[in-house]
Amino acid sequence: MSSDRRPVKFKAENLDFFYGTTRALKNVTIECFDRKVTAIIGPSGCGKSTFIRTLNRMNDVIAGTRIGGRILLDGKDIHAPDVDVVELRRRVGMVFQKPNPFPKSIYDNIAYGLRINGMRDKRRIETVVEQSLRGAALWEEVKDRLDDNAFALSGGQQQRLCIARALAVEPEVILFDEPCSAIDPIATAKVEDLIETLKKRYTVVIVTHNMQQAARVSDYTAFMMLGELVEFDVTAKIFTNPANKLTEDYITGRFG
Amino acid sequence: MKAATRKAIVQGVGFFMLRVAMALVLAVLFLFLYDIGKKGGGAISWEFLSQAPRKGMTEGGIFPAIVGTFLVTLITAVLSVPLGMCAAIYLNEYARQSRLTRLIRLSIRNLSGVPSIVYGLFGVILFVNILHFGTSILSAGLTLGLMTLPWTITASEEALKTVPNSYREGALALGATKWQAIRTNVLPYAVPGMLTGTVLGLARAAGETAPILFTGAAFYLPFLPKSLGDQFMALPYHLYIMATQHHAIQQVRPLAYGTALVLIALVLGMNMTAIILRYRLRRKQR
Repeated sequence: MSSDRRPVKFKAENLDFFYGTTRALKNVTIECFDRKVTAIIGPSGCGKSTFIRTLNRMNDVIAGTRIGGRILLDGKDIHAPDVDVVELRRRVGMVFQKPNPFPKSIYDNIAYGLRINGMRDKRRIETVVEQSLRGAALWEEVKDRLDDNAFALSGGQQQRLCIARALAVEPEVILFDEPCSAIDPIATAKVEDLIETLKKRYTVVIVTHNMQQAARVSDYTAFMMLGELVEFDVTAKIFTNPANKLTEDYITGRFG
Repeated sequence: MKAATRKAIVQGVGFFMLRVAMALVLAVLFLFLYDIGKKGGGAISWEFLSQAPRKGMTEGGIFPAIVGTFLVTLITAVLSVPLGMCAAIYLNEYARQSRLTRLIRLSIRNLSGVPSIVYGLFGVILFVNILHFGTSILSAGLTLGLMTLPWTITASEEALKTVPNSYREGALALGATKWQAIRTNVLPYAVPGMLTGTVLGLARAAGETAPILFTGAAFYLPFLPKSLGDQFMALPYHLYIMATQHHAIQQVRPLAYGTALVLIALVLGMNMTAIILRYRLRRKQR
């Protein structure tokens, strides 16, 4: 593949993943570059969500799963015995498919991550809440009603609130698991703009089954099928001149 | 007949039957409350509520029984509420879903169906004979606590299940430990439901006779219990005596109805408390 010399943030090596006896990932090897957006596309059930959830070990909480191969974050195996999974998840934030604000005020939603990580200073929390909401392009819309319940926000605003919540704990990587599948097109455009801004500071990995979205927001695209990585390359190449016949069939809409 | 008319008739009949069922249930409840209210209402007075029985329980009040029921329910709560909630948290949040946990769950469900007299006899053996707590408030309360435990665990687990998984995952994804996620993002939303189920269980325990019959309840005591090691009078047992065992049954009938009314008021009161508690806590979260 045409690779530039950017530092690698995440590297999956020969990654296998099993739900009981079902093999959901087959020998996946992929690199996600620092401060770039990597999109994972593929038909439903291809393993893209499973893959992204291995990166912050979110699959650990599902009973009866097993992982093989290695995942390196900044060159360090995230399954090494001395790795604290709690600290890993703070470094690798996640935005879920369905907006999942907590049933608290807008303010407390953002402050939650700070408080569980031990921040007590009220002034400092206030500053970070504002920064995070600004960072998620939500501040102007909510600054006068920070005490309102987060459920009062629209779906798109809720998703940006979840992004702000992730930003507040100062992660290095943000994982997006189909972040726009439950929100409308205008809200989707806002989230996409946001991802564009975010990559200046964060490494972004996004799972989507909207190919236009992958083409719009990502620098690199991985195409997966049936748990296998079919092709991985710079986004422009994948969408204009894919090397693999399967990739071409998928992006031209012949299946999927 | 047109298909549409037919469907409308079927639906009409269906709704009618559902309404009749509802009305029947309510009718039985109101008839029951009306009867006891009418016959027992006359017995209720300040004297009845605040004094001990006199002259072979043919006069006076039921104060010692109220105190006894209150104390024994307190012991029940002290045992079953924390233990039940913790067990539910363990089962629902921590335990791996295996054959063993399924077996444990099944056993708990079965325990809630064990007749209360069996708990009573078990309580005699365990608390009175083996642990030497004597026939006392403590033994009776602990026996009732054991009886309430399956109820508390089940209700608490159901309450935990209503908290969406996305709250847990959301917290974990921000770097919360499992316990932090549970404590700050699961329990606050489950506690109203847990408390409701628990108070309902306690209300049931407060009205039980069989488990306290051999473990601590006394036929008649001229004084109030001074410690948890004393015997006590309790409303349900007192009612049972007044209704079936008394030497002048006809004469004490109004007192029996009065006792029944107080017991029902107590149980309804506890149930209302549970409902209000849940409502308040839910509102606080909005």
